[in-house]
Amino acid sequence: MRHTVTALVENSPGVLTRVAGLFSRRGFNIDSLAVGVTEDPRISRMTIVVEGSEATLEQLTKQLNKLINVIKVTDLKDSESVARELALVKIAVEPAQRAQITQLVDIFRGKIIDMGRQSVIVELTGDETKVDAFLNLARDFGIKEVVRTGRIAMARGMKSMEYQKEEKQNGQNIL
Amino acid sequence: MRMTGAEMLMESLKREGVDTIFGYPGGAVLYIYDALARSSIRHVLVRHEQAAAHAADGYARATGKVGVCLATSGPGATNLVTGIATAHMDSVPLVAITGQVNTSLLGRDSFQEADITGITMPITKHSFLVKETRQIGPVVREAFHIARSGRPGVVVVDLPKDVTAREDDFSYPPAVSLGQKEGTGDDQIDWEDIQRRIINAERPVICAGGGIVISGAEEQLRKFAETLRVPVTTTLMGLSAFPADHPLSLGMLGMHGTRYANYAIMEADLLVAIGVRFDDRVTGNIESFAPNATIIHIDVDPAEIGKNVSPGLAVVQDAGEALSRLMKGLPRAGKEARNGWLGEIKSWKESNPLKYKDSDEVIKPQKVVEEISRITGGEAVVSTDVGQHQMWVAHYYCFHRSRSFLTSGGLGTMGYGLPAAIGAQFGRPESTVVAVLGDGGFQMNSQELATVALYQLPIKICLLNNGFLGMVRQWQELFFEGRYSAVDMGGNPDFVRLAEAYGLTARRVTAAREVTSALEWAFEERGPVLVEFAVDPLENVYPMVPAGGTLREMIG
Repeated sequence: MRHTVTALVENSPGVLTRVAGLFSRRGFNIDSLAVGVTEDPRISRMTIVVEGSEATLEQLTKQLNKLINVIKVTDLKDSESVARELALVKIAVEPAQRAQITQLVDIFRGKIIDMGRQSVIVELTGDETKVDAFLNLARDFGIKEVVRTGRIAMARGMKSMEYQKEEKQNGQNIL
Repeated sequence: MRMTGAEMLMESLKREGVDTIFGYPGGAVLYIYDALARSSIRHVLVRHEQAAAHAADGYARATGKVGVCLATSGPGATNLVTGIATAHMDSVPLVAITGQVNTSLLGRDSFQEADITGITMPITKHSFLVKETRQIGPVVREAFHIARSGRPGVVVVDLPKDVTAREDDFSYPPAVSLGQKEGTGDDQIDWEDIQRRIINAERPVICAGGGIVISGAEEQLRKFAETLRVPVTTTLMGLSAFPADHPLSLGMLGMHGTRYANYAIMEADLLVAIGVRFDDRVTGNIESFAPNATIIHIDVDPAEIGKNVSPGLAVVQDAGEALSRLMKGLPRAGKEARNGWLGEIKSWKESNPLKYKDSDEVIKPQKVVEEISRITGGEAVVSTDVGQHQMWVAHYYCFHRSRSFLTSGGLGTMGYGLPAAIGAQFGRPESTVVAVLGDGGFQMNSQELATVALYQLPIKICLLNNGFLGMVRQWQELFFEGRYSAVDMGGNPDFVRLAEAYGLTARRVTAAREVTSALEWAFEERGPVLVEFAVDPLENVYPMVPAGGTLREMIG
C-alpha cells in the first residue's frame, strides 16, 4: 500500500540527509520525496510517498518523530487530502504535429511553456495517474526528457499542520 | 561575557555539572585543551580514542550521569565511532566532542578532516556541527538535554578549530526549545484495565530490561513484583535491575537465558515487558516467542512499541513513572496467589539450574566468576568484554545493585571492558570495580593498562584466558562440525609480564585450588591488579538456544 506522509522539519543543513538516511537504513522504500520551505522560513515541509503495510507506516512515523529536527509528522489519507505533482516533459514535435500536441496538452489542461523548432516543453499538474496517462500518450511523439517533482499533498478543509515549539526544561522528555 | 569558543565549551560543561572528561588531544582541539588545562574539569588521558568513548560510557552507566569524551578531528573522531555505536545501542547518555578543521577548510578534504557528523548519523541520537562561536553555549545545552532525556543516547558536537579560537559573547539559555513530540498521554491509558489483567493472569511473567536501570526504577520493580507475586526475568541489560537471589528472580532469558526463564516465557499467559526492545538474542524465533501470552509493553520510546513484537497493550512512558502509576491502588496478592504457577517455576528451577562440571584438574571459568561474586558479595561494579566470559558473568555473578553491570549488550563490542572499568572507577571511586575480560577482548584495548597505571586506579582485572576466541569457537564446534577457523589465539603475550611492564601487580593462576586465594589476594591489594586464569580452553556456555530457534529448544 502507498502512503503519503508529510513532515514539518527544521530548515537547517543535514535534515534531508537525516531523513533519507533513516529511510534507507530501516529499509523503508521511498517512491518520492518533495521538500520546500513553508510560510515560516525556519521550517521546511516534506511530502514523502512510501510503499508498505500499516505496521511499516507506523514504524516509519515513529522513527521520523525521533529525529530531533523533525517537528511534526502526519499521515495524509487519500480521501481527506488533495495531492498534486508537477511534471515538465520535453517532447519531440515536428512542425506539422504542433496542432496535435497542443490539443493533447489542452485535454490534460497542461501548458506549453517552451517551443523550439522540433520540440516543446509541457508543464503538467495533477496526480500521478494523470501524469502517467499523459506520458503514455506523449510517447507516440517521442519523449526526450521528463522531470517530475513527486507528490506534494495537503489536508482538505480547515485542518492544518500546526506546530508549536516548546520550551523544554531540563529533565523533560525528548524521545 | 566575552570569551573564546574553547572557554565557552568549558563554561558550558561546568554548567552541565561535568567534572570528568575522557579524551586524547590533537591539532584541531589545541584551543580546547588549552582552555581545559585552565579549567577545574578533570581530563583523563587515555591511549586510544576508542577507549575515551568506552570510558565515558562506563562512567555514564555506573553513575547515571552524562559521560563526556573528547577527540581531535579526522582519525581522532573516527576512532570514537565504535564507542559511540556501543553507547547508542545500549541507550547510554554520552556527549562526544570532536575537533574539526577550520570552517574555511571544511569540505576540501583537508588534513585530518572527516565528516564525523555524517559518519555518526545512524548511530547517534543527534549531532551538531557548530559554525559560529556564539552558538557553543546553546548547542552544548541542547546536546546534554537530548543525551539524557527520554530514551538516552549519544550526541556528537563537532567544533571547528577556528570556532573554538574566536572570541564572542557567551550565552547559556535556561531552557531548550525543541519540536513538540507526542507520546501516549497518561490519560489515554486504562491503568485499571492493566492492573486487572495482571491480577487476573494465572501465569504472568515480568520481563525487565535496561529501561529499569536507566529510569532508576529497581525499587518500584521489586515492590510491584512482590505485591503481585509475579516472577521476573531480565534481559542482559536489565540484569542489575532485579536481585539475582530474589525468590521471584528467573535470571536472564533468551539465547543464553536460564531454562526456567525461557520455559516461563513459553508458558506465560501474560508478559509485562518493561524497558525492553525485544532484541533477537532475547526472543529467539520471534513467531514463537511467548506464544500464549498477551504482551503489555511499557517503554519510553514509542518507536519500540510494535517494532519487533506486537503487544496487546502498550504504554509509552518512563519505566519508573509507569510502575509507580501501576502501584496506585493495587491490592496485595494473597500468600497463596499463583501458588501453582510459582510452584511450577520452582520445580523448573530445581530440575534445570544453571550448572557446570567443576574440576580439580583444570580451572573452570564459571568457578572463577562464582568466586568473584562470593568474595565481592555481589556488590562490585563489573565490566566485561563480549563473548563466553560475558555470558558466564551474566549467569554466575549475583547482581543485586543497580548500575553494577557494564557490558556491551546491543552492539557486542569486544575491547569494551577495560576502558569501561576505567570510566566507572572515576565515576565511583569508592566502589570496587572488576573487569572480567577474555584474552581476545582484552587485547583490543590492552593499551589502557597505561591509563590504569597512570591514575593508579584500583581496578581488579580478571582475565579468563582460554587461548581462544571462545564464543566463535563454540559456534564452530556446534554448528560447523568443529572446523576451527581463526579462533586460536596463538601469539598471545605473557599477560603477567605485560601488566608488569605497565607497572601493575599481576599474577597467573593455573591450578584450580589456587583460584580463591588468588582472588582474595587481588581484592586485598590496594592498587590495580591483573590476575590471569588459565581456564579450560574447551568450556562452552550452556544452556543455549541456537540462533533463530524457539526458546523451548535449548541445548546443553
